[in-house]
Amino acid sequence: MILLALPHVLGKYHVHIATTILFFGYLGMAWNLLGGYAGQFSFGHAAFFGMGAFTSSLLQIHAGVNPWPGMLLAGMAGLLLGLFVGYICFRYGLRGPYFALAMLAVAEMLRLVAIQWMTAKYPLGINLPLKGDSLLDFQFKSKIPYYYVILLMTAGLLFLTHHIEVRRIGLYFKAIRENENAAESLGVNAFKTKMIAMALSSFFTAMAGTFYAQYYLTLDDEAAFGTAVSIEALLGPILGGAGTVFGPILGACILELLSETTRNFLGGYSGVHLMVYGFVLIIVIIFLPNGVLGGLKTLFRKAQGQRKQQE
Amino acid sequence: MILLAVRELTKTFGGLVAIKNLSFELKKGEILGIIGPNGAGKTTLFNMITGFYKPERGEIHFKGENVTGFRPHEICRRGLARTFQITQPFANLTVLENVKIGAHSRIKSNREATEEALSILERVGLYEKRNELAATLSIGHRKSLELGKVLATKPEVILLDEVVAGLNSKEANDMIARLKMLREDNITILIIEHVMKAIMSLSDRIVVIHYGEKIGEGKPVEISKDPRVIEAYLGEEYVLAKGL
Repeated sequence: MILLALPHVLGKYHVHIATTILFFGYLGMAWNLLGGYAGQFSFGHAAFFGMGAFTSSLLQIHAGVNPWPGMLLAGMAGLLLGLFVGYICFRYGLRGPYFALAMLAVAEMLRLVAIQWMTAKYPLGINLPLKGDSLLDFQFKSKIPYYYVILLMTAGLLFLTHHIEVRRIGLYFKAIRENENAAESLGVNAFKTKMIAMALSSFFTAMAGTFYAQYYLTLDDEAAFGTAVSIEALLGPILGGAGTVFGPILGACILELLSETTRNFLGGYSGVHLMVYGFVLIIVIIFLPNGVLGGLKTLFRKAQGQRKQQE
Repeated sequence: MILLAVRELTKTFGGLVAIKNLSFELKKGEILGIIGPNGAGKTTLFNMITGFYKPERGEIHFKGENVTGFRPHEICRRGLARTFQITQPFANLTVLENVKIGAHSRIKSNREATEEALSILERVGLYEKRNELAATLSIGHRKSLELGKVLATKPEVILLDEVVAGLNSKEANDMIARLKMLREDNITILIIEHVMKAIMSLSDRIVVIHYGEKIGEGKPVEISKDPRVIEAYLGEEYVLAKGL
């Protein structure tokens, strides 16, 4: 309820911040399904993000496809890419850092293709046709409608994550993350389970790509396939707590507020805010290796254990 | 009725022959022990039966079906489950969640799987520990958890890889009693064990492996007197000195 009323209280700048937080929260949650729950640490989610952004944008420009169905098609394109990459990686048993690097390579390949292709066709970047202010066209003059769109998307993914968490598939994801051999020996089809995680994660990540394109109405190779996107997708969940329902959104909150605050207070000294930002990140990762929510859980367990001992 | 039949199984790692032309059968309701000195190939045999390794030659039949080369999860879903010598807990999950994963192999519903897992935790003596993380358990409890996870899949045949070794004497006795109870649940058991007291008191029959080959098979009493078995364990000189 508070989140629904929020944009009417805040100014334009703060609505933008809130939208960014939700956007990174959503992106993190999509990553979290594969990286956090199923433990398949992807370092190249930009591949799906860019795939989604390019699919809906190009369809809109060349075929006049409305961005709403475009977003769904973007998701499907991301999903197909995810299944393809997933099949190759998981079929041949790429695990841990090898999988992470393979994903990075996929994203980089797509980025290089995008660079070459854009130099030839879109030297000024891809600019979406301006259609004015209309819900039907997924274009708004004000930032507030975008806020509501991403709020809805985030809420939907939050709801889905919660449902996965309390069902068999969620436990299977975690089983694979914790110990793949043991999971297999207890009847878990590791390959199939990883493919499901990959499909969900790539589908929702690609949809974030469409949102991004509609929000900024312009797109280039770096914004779509750049390593920065891959890092942003995983930083939130890791900071907030990977493999938890609320971790990614909490992480996105902390990151965004931290980066905005450091920028506001230290913006005068160029680069200093990035140093402070990096320093705080290092501290959190050293002292809370399981993220903020993971750290709280451990504290809670310790407190419980102590209470038991006193009894 | 023969539940599990292993026929002329062979597995090599590079130049090393881990298992050579090994055959045996497991009958419904029996407890078959597998013994042999370290490195004899016992765990390799388990890894082949449960689908973790592919044999070079030979076949594995379970309930009349040729399951050679099946994936581990397929083997498990057919009713043949195993424990690991080095326990393999899902470390950052609770004890209850660990066992639920096994229960989910045949139960989809979260609530029913939880109920099933709780009743199994009671049987293996871990009910009190249900909400603790598996990583925090002692070795004795870990072995019990290993058994609990496997039982949750409701197997017809269970392969136990050294579930008694490493336990203190009270824990060992509890575990042996628990394994004897499994027979009453109609579970057939194939067990690898180094603790002789356990294997001699549990097994109906014993197969002895040495350098990947079967060197003896029979009732525990016969096996303990077989000179070839004593030689494998204690050396040729011991046999000569004893005049066996």
